[in-house]
Amino acid sequence: MTGTGVGPELIRLTDVEAGYGHEPVLHSVDLHVHQDQFTGIVGPSGSGKTTLLRLLLGIVKPMSGTITTQPGLRTAYVPQLETVNWDFPITVRECVLMSGSSAREQRRIWPWASAEENDRAHAVLARLGIEALADRQIRQLSGGQQQRMFLARALYRRPQLLLLDEPTSGVDVSTRHDVLHLLADLHADGVAIILTTHDLNGMAAHLPHLVCVNHRVIADGTPEQVIRPEVLEQTFGARMEVLEHLGMRVVVDERPEHFMRVQP
Amino acid sequence: MDQLLEPFGYIFFREALLVAGLSGALLGFIGVFIVLRGMSYIGHGLSHSIFGGFAAVQLFAAQFYVLGAGLWGIASALAINTVTKRSRLGADAAIGVITTASFALGVALFARFGTSGPSFESALFGSILGISPEQILWLVLVSLLAVAFVFLRYRALLFSTFDPEVADVSGIRVNRIEAQLMVILSLSILATLTVIGVTLVAAMLVIPAVVARMLTDSFGRMLAWSTGIGTVSGLVGMYVSYYADVPSGTMIVLVGAAIFLVVFAFAGRSRRRRSAGLDSHVEPVPTTSVVR
Repeated sequence: MTGTGVGPELIRLTDVEAGYGHEPVLHSVDLHVHQDQFTGIVGPSGSGKTTLLRLLLGIVKPMSGTITTQPGLRTAYVPQLETVNWDFPITVRECVLMSGSSAREQRRIWPWASAEENDRAHAVLARLGIEALADRQIRQLSGGQQQRMFLARALYRRPQLLLLDEPTSGVDVSTRHDVLHLLADLHADGVAIILTTHDLNGMAAHLPHLVCVNHRVIADGTPEQVIRPEVLEQTFGARMEVLEHLGMRVVVDERPEHFMRVQP
Repeated sequence: MDQLLEPFGYIFFREALLVAGLSGALLGFIGVFIVLRGMSYIGHGLSHSIFGGFAAVQLFAAQFYVLGAGLWGIASALAINTVTKRSRLGADAAIGVITTASFALGVALFARFGTSGPSFESALFGSILGISPEQILWLVLVSLLAVAFVFLRYRALLFSTFDPEVADVSGIRVNRIEAQLMVILSLSILATLTVIGVTLVAAMLVIPAVVARMLTDSFGRMLAWSTGIGTVSGLVGMYVSYYADVPSGTMIVLVGAAIFLVVFAFAGRSRRRRSAGLDSHVEPVPTTSVVR
């Protein structure tokens, strides 16, 4: 996976095998992440999408192969909303400030934020349109606001590379569009973005670059190159029909004969 | 009135009150991290584990029992951490094996050889008597250490408690923070052991923090509330235990439990949850063809 291959290379994976314990989940992954990257990793559950993301983050170590990372690379991560403890007693502002944009900030010897840090957190929250929610406990946010909060925490680190795990999982259509537009804006500002998604139509088809994964990289390229019946069948193990809709690819399940049509 | 103030005329009681208040504060303070990390059971296990070290060290060098039991507790904490991370055993199983074996050893040693220090009952349930100046100094030092640790590592502690995986990715040494917290926890349990007792110290780690969580949605305020509730439980519990003639630890825990019940009864009314409206969205009119 190389994206458009423009800009400095941030991370390179060469013939990487990775997994948990002694069981590999991913095989023979070659990956070049560039500064211009805006990529969606798609694949069925258990195919290794999140493992690939965790490899890029350094949480999972390769069993074999090599990973080369640009020295001093600033990476930020937005986890799945389902994995977060929303009852944790923390406000939106505290959540944003906790990450710190540098090792120096994280090792600061006083617990409270400086005026400069508060200003920067406010600016990030304002950019994402949630500055009015700064003092709310995180459970009091809607799904879209929760996603924006984690984007704010990630942006506060001034990342070069932003990784998101299923950023539109469990959110409504409107929020999904908002998240997509936000990510497009960030990408335009020079942030490399890689995300995983199950959502072929709502998310993947809108991205400039896709990688299909099923324990190995099945295909990568533009949506036009990747969203094809034969590639999807190899990736998801099921036949799917692909439609052209306003110049975009739309995936529908191939209708089995025994499915009944719902009467209006 | 004179009767109510009577115990304050005794220096041993004033010292006991100081130690009880400080013990409650220390356990309430550290307990916030233990509760929010879902480690309540580790506090329970560690206190039992330290009892084994407490009994064993008294056999050989009673004057160094604090040091010996402290090392024993730290070793147990680190062993639990290691076994949990490096084996298929869950934390509850690792704690169950390591700490109950240590506690059993302590009971066996007490039964076989007795003790030259605190009695068996005092070690288990705490005692108002026999608090030495060295113990007060030890408790003050551990309290200062705990406050310094939280103050200096506040962000890293908060981040690694809330979201350890992302904290790790963001450059925080989560394993090191956890190990340091385990050491502080062990020392805190040891320092409060003589007043609250090994079987009850875990309750004082949990109760103030749980009550504080019901009272606030802010992490900073939860720390303050938990410390305050621990202090009040310690002071009131110690005072009542003088008149009730029961081990101090039991009364401190009962006061904490009473505060919990009162707050629990009223907390539900004060909680509100908000949900924001969702933006409207208009889909374009489709023009569709099949891709082959």
